[in-house]
Amino acid sequence: MFASIVSYGLAVGAVYALIGITYNVMFSASRVFSFTAGMLGMLGGVLGALFIGKMGMPVIVGFVLVLACGAVLGLITEILTVRPVLKSIEQHLYVLSTLAFALMIQQLTAIEWSTEPQPFPRLIPIGPGWLDQQFWLPMLACAATILGLELLYRKTLIGRAFLAIAEDSYAARALGLPETRLRLASYALAGVIGALAGFTGAEMLLAFIGNQAILNFYGFVPVALGGMGSNRGAVVGGLALGLFQQAANYFFGGIFAAVAVFVVFIVVLLLRPEGLAGAASARRV
Amino acid sequence: MSDAASPAQPARASALARIEGALPWIALGLVGLLLPLLGDSYIGVIAQRAYIYWILSAGLNLVVGYAGQIAIGWVAMLTIGAYTTAALTAGTATAPWHPYLALAAGGVVGALAGVVVGLPALRLRTFYFAMTTLGFATIVTQVALAWKDVTGGGVGTPGPVFPWPFEPGWGFYYFCFLLAAIATWMTANLAASRFGRALVAIRDAEVAAEASGIAKPKLLIAVFLFAGALGGVAGGLFASLQSYITPDAFTFEMSVLFFIAILIGGRGSILGPALGTIILTALPEFAAPLVQWSTFLYATLLLVIVLVIPGGIADLLDYKNRRPLKQHREIAPRPELLSRVLDTSSDRNVLSLSNIALHFGGVKAIDGLDLEIRSGQVHGLIGPNGSGKTTTLNVISGYYAPRTGQAQLNGTALPFDAPHARAAHRIARTFQTPRMIGGASVLDNVMIGGTTQGRGTFVESLLLLPRRHSDEAHLRDAAMLALQTVGLESLASVRADRLQHSELRFMEIARALMLRPAFLLLDEPAAGLSAEEIRRLGALIVAISRAGVGVLLVEHHADLIFDICDRVTVLNLGKVLAAGTPDEIRSHREVVNAYLGG
Repeated sequence: MFASIVSYGLAVGAVYALIGITYNVMFSASRVFSFTAGMLGMLGGVLGALFIGKMGMPVIVGFVLVLACGAVLGLITEILTVRPVLKSIEQHLYVLSTLAFALMIQQLTAIEWSTEPQPFPRLIPIGPGWLDQQFWLPMLACAATILGLELLYRKTLIGRAFLAIAEDSYAARALGLPETRLRLASYALAGVIGALAGFTGAEMLLAFIGNQAILNFYGFVPVALGGMGSNRGAVVGGLALGLFQQAANYFFGGIFAAVAVFVVFIVVLLLRPEGLAGAASARRV
Repeated sequence: MSDAASPAQPARASALARIEGALPWIALGLVGLLLPLLGDSYIGVIAQRAYIYWILSAGLNLVVGYAGQIAIGWVAMLTIGAYTTAALTAGTATAPWHPYLALAAGGVVGALAGVVVGLPALRLRTFYFAMTTLGFATIVTQVALAWKDVTGGGVGTPGPVFPWPFEPGWGFYYFCFLLAAIATWMTANLAASRFGRALVAIRDAEVAAEASGIAKPKLLIAVFLFAGALGGVAGGLFASLQSYITPDAFTFEMSVLFFIAILIGGRGSILGPALGTIILTALPEFAAPLVQWSTFLYATLLLVIVLVIPGGIADLLDYKNRRPLKQHREIAPRPELLSRVLDTSSDRNVLSLSNIALHFGGVKAIDGLDLEIRSGQVHGLIGPNGSGKTTTLNVISGYYAPRTGQAQLNGTALPFDAPHARAAHRIARTFQTPRMIGGASVLDNVMIGGTTQGRGTFVESLLLLPRRHSDEAHLRDAAMLALQTVGLESLASVRADRLQHSELRFMEIARALMLRPAFLLLDEPAAGLSAEEIRRLGALIVAISRAGVGVLLVEHHADLIFDICDRVTVLNLGKVLAAGTPDEIRSHREVVNAYLGG
């Protein structure tokens, strides 16, 4: 029982953490929080079930195709919904444009796929029990992603350029960095990570359009708690959220778990609007 | 121009505008009243749904359209109101309630939920607030699914049936119609009051709103209570209309419908969102193949609106503000009116800063500053860029809390980090970049400055009680007088974003005068003005100070400073380099070297 809370909690938490990283990668490149993060997670599952389950593609081909679709959606997000409203970012129109785009995709999925949860095919037949792939697959994806991002940001030139844009996009542009291309690349990367989260978590969460809203919210909680733009904060926050949710679910029931997460989220934000690990920003007169 | 003639004109114009504005509502009301004559119960159900959605959207319009808070999960209020009313009527949690009482309870619970969701908006950035409303909507549905004893879980629970006089059928139709009319009336009353203007000020010029004494938290909580209550009542009606409710009935897509109706209609309008709600509710019903695609189309519409016409339809139809304005306008201030604008009691006040130090990271913006401003004097504050002039002003008006030091008014310490509390001490200010509500008229912008002087409460404004009327009349007259004083009365009804830069500077002064200030802080008022305008500005500032106001003038125009100041303080690197009369400063060697040039 304890083992199942831990393994299930960590696995769900890893999915939340990956969605949190998806938010972060887009935010770092553009100062925009995009509602497409949850959409990518939802699609990762649905497309995986479509390619591998329905169309019978080999696992590896389906997997690569899902990630490619995520990257393409990331590019579309940037071109269609972010770039046009970046100039007047203080009006926060991106909240509406990204939400609108995410809803359009969700509705297309509802019409073309299904509004009911669908099973996700088993990829590697090990288990059952806590060794089941549905538990370790998301954790593995999360570990690989955070490791990959650290290597990218610390060891490669393009990664450093990403960091420069995140730190100060004006200065980065003045230095001659191709800001627009780097932003596009970031959104594509975020698309891949979001799709990966959905794909690896789908055996647990099923291929279901309802996951979009759930992942949007529970994926944002670790970002808000860990501080915007902090990937390590998102991983710690995501895993903690997953464990807390499963434990509360088991001991006190679903109502309590849902309400408790929301209350913690609001209270922490009210006390520390910049997140538990973030730094306060200056005034704006 | 005579004094008597000028206020009369806008009064007649506004009476005409009021009749013009009421016509669409009268037409809508007649259609609603006579609709049952058709005898078509299918159309009746669609109309009821439109009324119910509008009751919720009317409140949400204040939150989204007026206050500019992106509350995307407001469907949660509908859910909560529906389940509260249904559960209380059915008696699953308590002994069964009378349906009308249960509906009222739905409103109360909705109001409380509105505040819970709204609280984060008081402190958090836009996206965080949008996310908390979305999270709340998600969680409310999860709770409705999980709390089976009360809500029936996924199976659902029957909705309330209202007894006579509003029994199902046309009785219930008129019930919804009546409540929708009341909701419209109340939101329209509020929108046209000082509270409505304050909401728009929070949306478009938050910093100026604070300087005018508008306390954002208090106002927003009141609005969230009201909007939540309307959402809860709408939910109770919705449960009755559906006759059986399950969590599936309250999809996030509904929230999007409410939201888009408001955005299509245009921010800061009531008619626009009302029409938007009616159209979006009715459209899929009359085009059957659209039903499946309706949410997709709504979402597409939202994207198009945001990218192409962020101002909504109301902006497109705003033909009045496309008439060309007169070219070569002149600003002719009339300082002789100041005796009627200002408090001319002969109190002598002193505003003093002692040993103020403020650091931004490693930068010492102010480093041990002493300053004293007295009634009836113009005090100049000059210095190179980055010497701490505007920062000093921001400390006085409470935006920054310094690391050390005190600000005192007549010997009493002023609190920091509470800019909206300065208005009560009659400390007014203008801004280096004019802060204004671009879409509102110049008169409305100036009236913002007098927001704290109204005596009627939020509820009185909602219900159009007498004190609201006297507040509005008083504010309008005072603002007109302030505009005459600075010389902008001919532009009173023009949208503020059509003004020239120099006119905006004078408009900000008029707004500041609305506080009947004891102290007036001016941040580079002459920047961007012509030589003649600077001369007139100087005369106005002197007249203001001679009427008993203490003026702090931050400026780069040395001529203006030396012409009109009684005392001058020169800052350099956050420290006082010199202080004295203009003559002393002009011949101060270090000042000449560091700043004025020889």
